[in-house]
Amino acid sequence: MSETAAILGPQVAVGERKAPRGKRLAEHPLVQLTIVRFLETLREPEALFWIFAFPILLAAGLGIAFRNRPAEVLKIATITPELTQSLQREKLLAVQQLDMATAEEALRTGKVALLAVPGPNGAVVYRYDDTNPEGRAARMLADRAVQQAAGRVDPVSSTDVLMREPGSRYIDFLIPGLLGMNLMGSAIWGMGFTVVDARRKKLLKRLVATPMPKQYFLLSYVLSRILMLVAEVGIVLGFGAWIFHVPVRGSLLHLAVVCLLGSLTFSALGLLLASRAKTIEAASGLMNAVMLPMWIASGVFFSAQRFPDVVQPIIKALPLTAAIDALRANMLQGANLVQLAPQMAVLSAWLVVCFVLALKLFRWR
Amino acid sequence: MSGLASKPALRVTGLRKAYQDVVAVNGLDLEVRAGECFGLLGPNGAGKTTTVEICEGLTAPDSGEVELLGLHWASDEKQLRQRLGIQLQDTQLSEKLTVYETLRLFRSFFDQGPGADEAIALVQLEEKKNSRVGNLSGGQKQRLALACALVGDPDFLFLDEPTTGLDPQARRQLWELIEQFKSSGRTILLTTHYMDEAERLCERVAIMDNGKQIALGTARELIASICAEHMVAFSAGTNAGALDIPALRKINGIRDVRSENGTVEMQVTELHLAVPALLAELARQSIPLTELSTHSATLEDVFVSLTGRHLRDE
Repeated sequence: MSETAAILGPQVAVGERKAPRGKRLAEHPLVQLTIVRFLETLREPEALFWIFAFPILLAAGLGIAFRNRPAEVLKIATITPELTQSLQREKLLAVQQLDMATAEEALRTGKVALLAVPGPNGAVVYRYDDTNPEGRAARMLADRAVQQAAGRVDPVSSTDVLMREPGSRYIDFLIPGLLGMNLMGSAIWGMGFTVVDARRKKLLKRLVATPMPKQYFLLSYVLSRILMLVAEVGIVLGFGAWIFHVPVRGSLLHLAVVCLLGSLTFSALGLLLASRAKTIEAASGLMNAVMLPMWIASGVFFSAQRFPDVVQPIIKALPLTAAIDALRANMLQGANLVQLAPQMAVLSAWLVVCFVLALKLFRWR
Repeated sequence: MSGLASKPALRVTGLRKAYQDVVAVNGLDLEVRAGECFGLLGPNGAGKTTTVEICEGLTAPDSGEVELLGLHWASDEKQLRQRLGIQLQDTQLSEKLTVYETLRLFRSFFDQGPGADEAIALVQLEEKKNSRVGNLSGGQKQRLALACALVGDPDFLFLDEPTTGLDPQARRQLWELIEQFKSSGRTILLTTHYMDEAERLCERVAIMDNGKQIALGTARELIASICAEHMVAFSAGTNAGALDIPALRKINGIRDVRSENGTVEMQVTELHLAVPALLAELARQSIPLTELSTHSATLEDVFVSLTGRHLRDE
């Protein structure tokens, strides 16, 4: 008897095969498929970069670029010591005294926002670009300093109270947007590329040739997605809270529900996009065509309200808009799930439609 | 075993399958006996893979019937899947998983069979157990694919071109594994376009061409059917044009003469008589020989004699 026969044992006649014995949980096909799916993602450094590092780099970059600066100091130039002296009274202005040619050059190249030169009869001429907000602000500050230096007294006294609350800054707006974008990207790419790649390599066909229950295959994607989701959301939120003190005012549980529903919806969309494609190129084109409009229109980086009223209903019906609106409302306004019902309804509708269509269209080979 | 032997393990009748404008399988009948290794032989595009995939329940035929282990795909899919071992042509298993992880996954789909470790031992991949699939050689990947087909302890094993693209050493190693599996008494359907593979592994062989079976029998029977035991080939080099082929056909013991690109191939029954006569005839025609070789007739020669083409022609 050969080694093979020893391991496989004698052949049993038809009908004599052992009844399926109780399996340990780790041997369950769904558990195995999920583990494998999870390992494959972890062993893909590029995927990990896009899922974890990219949103943080983006948040850090944009957070720094658009940080609310403490009372910005505007640079201006003069050509006489008298003007320099009067303008230096204003703390929000940094005054440089230059010769005329250098001063004009500095204004032209934007190194200074405004150039103040003496006019006839003790007048002052301000030269600046009125389409530049810094130029206009410098004009007002400079004029106030010049007038006060000349003895003007304001008839009404005024005091400033400064508001710098977390929750109303750009970074507070941005983090929920990035979170939504990340939910969409990782679900669609994670689903789309791997399914199409497995189809291209005939791995899907090989799996269908086993007794694997087909629904387990799709379910394993969802389960491994949820595992990744915890890390994904946690990292972006944690980063926002730790570095920028971005608040989460709503219930964390409700936030988790929004993230879960969003991720499931985008996974279903990814599955639909990957249901037929046979090449990575085809799938990639399709995914970008679907995602790009949403990156722009759904309010990731700037408010979707900026688009004309006519297209607002369309924008509101996009899944990414719904996801981001819900995330922002939860994190910044503390909205609960009842208040988020419209967004949840939009996401659920997309989930059902995409999933049903995907199952109808899906090709294993 | 005796109960199984009375009934064919696989019976295919009147199988037809057409893709858009190509008829891949055109009225095929096959019978694979329980416990035998049956070879489906033919050039690329003969319809082997389509036939096998219909038998595996992966492709629906346009018409015809498949009865596998006494079961039918329409009614017994679940049961059949548990009992089949399948190796598809050029499946790429996930490169990021290790050999062990891959087999553990495939094992989880089956109710019974050897464990992942045992399956690794079956195909002698113990040293590569924790290597990523992407780092395996072609032969190792094929052995892993074979192990994936064996983890369900199959009663019927489908192997679709298991050694295509492998170097000779890797092929021999795979053949040894398949022979071991055969010795456990299970049934194998193997497709190949390597004649030596079929001759070595298969009890019976069906030769397919253009979606049809053109010959069936043991390798020995098929070779005997062309009534020639030997093949003689010579090259006439630049003088090929001057060669008088009809004169060669008249030589005693030479059955068939075929000329291609200056190389002449002949089927020969009595080598000891035919070769001296051939040399004499060539001398008479003043054709200098640049090369002369003989070999025992193979299934390749059977195919050439049946179709006028070589198997490996694309």
